[in-house]
Amino acid sequence: MALVEIREVDKSFKREAQTVDVYHGLTIDFEQGSYTALMGPSGSGKSTLLNLVAGLDKPTRGTVRVNGAEVSAMTASQLADWRARTIGFVFQSYNLLPVLTARQNVELPLLLTNLRKAERAERTAIALDVVGLADRMDHFPRQLSGGQEQRVAIARAIVADPVLILLDEPTGQLDAKSSEEVLDLMRRLNEEFHKTIMMVTHDARAAAQARRVLHLEKGVLLEREEAVVS
Amino acid sequence: MKFLPLVLANLKRHMLRTALTICSVALALFLFASLRTVSTTLASGSEVSSASRMITQNATAFVIPLPQSYATRLGSIPHVQAVTWANWFGGKYGDGKKFFAQFAVEPESYLKMYPEFQIPEDQKQAFLKERSAAIVGEGLVRAFGWKVGDNVTMQGTIFPGDWTFTIRGIYHPSQKEYGDDSFMFHYDYLYERERDRVTPGWFILKIDDPNAAPLVAKTIDDEFRNSSAPTKTGTEKAFAAGFASMWGNVNLLMSTIGMAVVFAILLVTANAMMMNQRERTSEVAVMKTVGFSDARVFGLIIVEAALISMTGAALGLGGAILLPIVTGFGTGGFLPGFHVTPGTALVGGSIALLLTVASGIVPAWQAAKLPVVQALRRVE
Repeated sequence: MALVEIREVDKSFKREAQTVDVYHGLTIDFEQGSYTALMGPSGSGKSTLLNLVAGLDKPTRGTVRVNGAEVSAMTASQLADWRARTIGFVFQSYNLLPVLTARQNVELPLLLTNLRKAERAERTAIALDVVGLADRMDHFPRQLSGGQEQRVAIARAIVADPVLILLDEPTGQLDAKSSEEVLDLMRRLNEEFHKTIMMVTHDARAAAQARRVLHLEKGVLLEREEAVVS
Repeated sequence: MKFLPLVLANLKRHMLRTALTICSVALALFLFASLRTVSTTLASGSEVSSASRMITQNATAFVIPLPQSYATRLGSIPHVQAVTWANWFGGKYGDGKKFFAQFAVEPESYLKMYPEFQIPEDQKQAFLKERSAAIVGEGLVRAFGWKVGDNVTMQGTIFPGDWTFTIRGIYHPSQKEYGDDSFMFHYDYLYERERDRVTPGWFILKIDDPNAAPLVAKTIDDEFRNSSAPTKTGTEKAFAAGFASMWGNVNLLMSTIGMAVVFAILLVTANAMMMNQRERTSEVAVMKTVGFSDARVFGLIIVEAALISMTGAALGLGGAILLPIVTGFGTGGFLPGFHVTPGTALVGGSIALLLTVASGIVPAWQAAKLPVVQALRRVE
């Protein structure tokens, strides 16, 4: 059974008086342990797909199931609880809380669990160690480089050990070196920790890291191909 | 508790803004508590007044004295058991910055009339024996560092010249509403030097039956109606209430000003909270993406508002409570027992709670209902 099952999904937005259709009858699966890059021009519905899978948005019609749970049927509070346990989200602009240190930012999802303080500290330290920032724990985001901020955001996304990691343009604001570091990290998470990854990107080099690349154009899957992992 | 560092970090985001908001709340509640304390002190003055004591004063004005001869005539009125008298001295001590009430009293009968002023027996006897002796309240002892045996010289304003007294006793009021910042000395000491000018300012009567007070008052005032100094007699309670009413509708005035200040601060606090929230739209969206529920986001923002309001309340109410204690601030005997009552503190606390809800509920609701996708789209 696929980890993510999207069935006959329609999605449309109201924009002023007009209705804008994003998808019509979208059906697709994402397997456990897969690493997928979603490519396509702006407005093609890449980010919307991530939002639907994360339960941040609801389909107009159809179902979205993740790890056996029907996301599209959950209430807001069920979704919040489910998201905390199941999903790790990484944004293009890092979106760290500026008033918290790297350690506190990473610990944020663990505050929603029943873990004790010592356990939270241990898991936070491990996550920061995985992304290579064990020595930057007490730095605030403003004291970190863009690449380091994004790695902290990745640590925050993996600290609660989610089954699915969603990344929305994770290298969009990074220089080449930092992009490479982040992409290496994602490959490790997929290969060593067997995390399922869905990544929206415009960057062909980033997409080349993925095992599967999907091209979305105006909400339609135009092309599927198996990427060659370098 | 595990969310407290998050709440505190958010409060520290704009330290100056948070500090100013807390100061605004503190100032508002300090003013509210102080203004309300004026009302409660005035009210308590009449509440603790003895029902079996009556005051006879000049019908024309409180400041016009009465003839000494009235003492004997008052003593012969039915139901009157004892008579004493007092006079306002109006002296200035030191630089005169700290005002306190000084009364020339008929010592023996006055102390019998007011058992509420508790003095050790040996000090009382020493006071009674010596014409230039004085007794002072504990509050004055704290304020000026006086002790028994000290000579104190005042400058008279109504009765000019230097007046030297020897402190022979320190009184402790059995109820703080009676005040501990009065200075009392022998009426005869004043009379000796100002024989032509001094007569009693008012008489205090003890009656055997509080129910007879209206009859006693009418009998006395009828007795002196056609004299050169007609009287106005009433119970001590009525006297205290009348004194309060001289200030006008104090309760209404104080309440109106107090509530206006609180309302103004509510707007300031609410504005600060909403400004905080607007600046954090993207962060709230991220927190929700991480798994924070609407209810939790709502709760965190309410806790932030509560910390601001409650810290302000603790500072403001604490300041109002401590001010008369630490500084020895008094009202010179006009408002004896000036202190923030538990009732006022409770009302102040309730206002802080109201501030929390009123200032926090809109931003908390907006944050809880924030559509994550739209907020993220704005950020991205």
